[in-house]
Amino acid sequence: MKIINELKMTIDSKSVNESFSRVAVSAFASCLDPTVEELTDIRTAVSEAVTNCIVHGYKQSFGKIYITVSICENRLVRIKIRDKGCGIEDISKAMTPLFTTAGGERAGLGFAVMESFTDKVKVSSAPGKGTTVTLYKHVGGKE
Amino acid sequence: MSAKIEYRQNKLVVMLDGEIDHHTASLIRMGIDDAILKKRPDILILDFGGVTFMDSSGIGLVMGRYKLMKTIGGKITVQNLSPSAYRVMKLAGLERLGEIRQKEVC
Repeated sequence: MKIINELKMTIDSKSVNESFSRVAVSAFASCLDPTVEELTDIRTAVSEAVTNCIVHGYKQSFGKIYITVSICENRLVRIKIRDKGCGIEDISKAMTPLFTTAGGERAGLGFAVMESFTDKVKVSSAPGKGTTVTLYKHVGGKE
Repeated sequence: MSAKIEYRQNKLVVMLDGEIDHHTASLIRMGIDDAILKKRPDILILDFGGVTFMDSSGIGLVMGRYKLMKTIGGKITVQNLSPSAYRVMKLAGLERLGEIRQKEVC
């Protein structure tokens, strides 16, 4: 996968940064001239992944969230969102719709939304070490 | 993110405005719940007409209000959803809980 352009950023795991992170990622991806719908898809999926880092990865603690956006060949956008938080014991369970450990008003649909709004979602995680979510989205653009 | 709350004829109408995510949802939830418990309406209408972005936190916002309305014997309607917000709501199967209407395209 040849990378044409790349953005790396690190943000604090504060909920106030959810808005900035999704806007920054979609602004960077806009070099591919995506449609409004495609940009909304990217923003929504990124918002879910970053929220997961804050709500689940770091829970009551604070840490850094590492975001890498790669513009690849064939109009592919790859977004890696990594935390060094608690990690996920059982990834397939965590990705099951409606499953949540957060309680409160978390719907347990974060991964379902990511999967619905992107082409592919990859999750790697190690308990105690952290989680990386990679989102892949082909952007057709206004052709 | 803001929520303008109006009460008329046993209906509580909440006009949501701005971006709904995990951060902002927690800020507006309490105001809505206070109004529900104070007015005890028959119907709660959540109007998403002014919402410019919504992730799955919007589902939690609707689910939580649905549960509260149920405890007082009321119903919930969600209206004026953008196409992407509607997609998120459909993923959650929220149409089983109340009426869900997309934004009317003129």
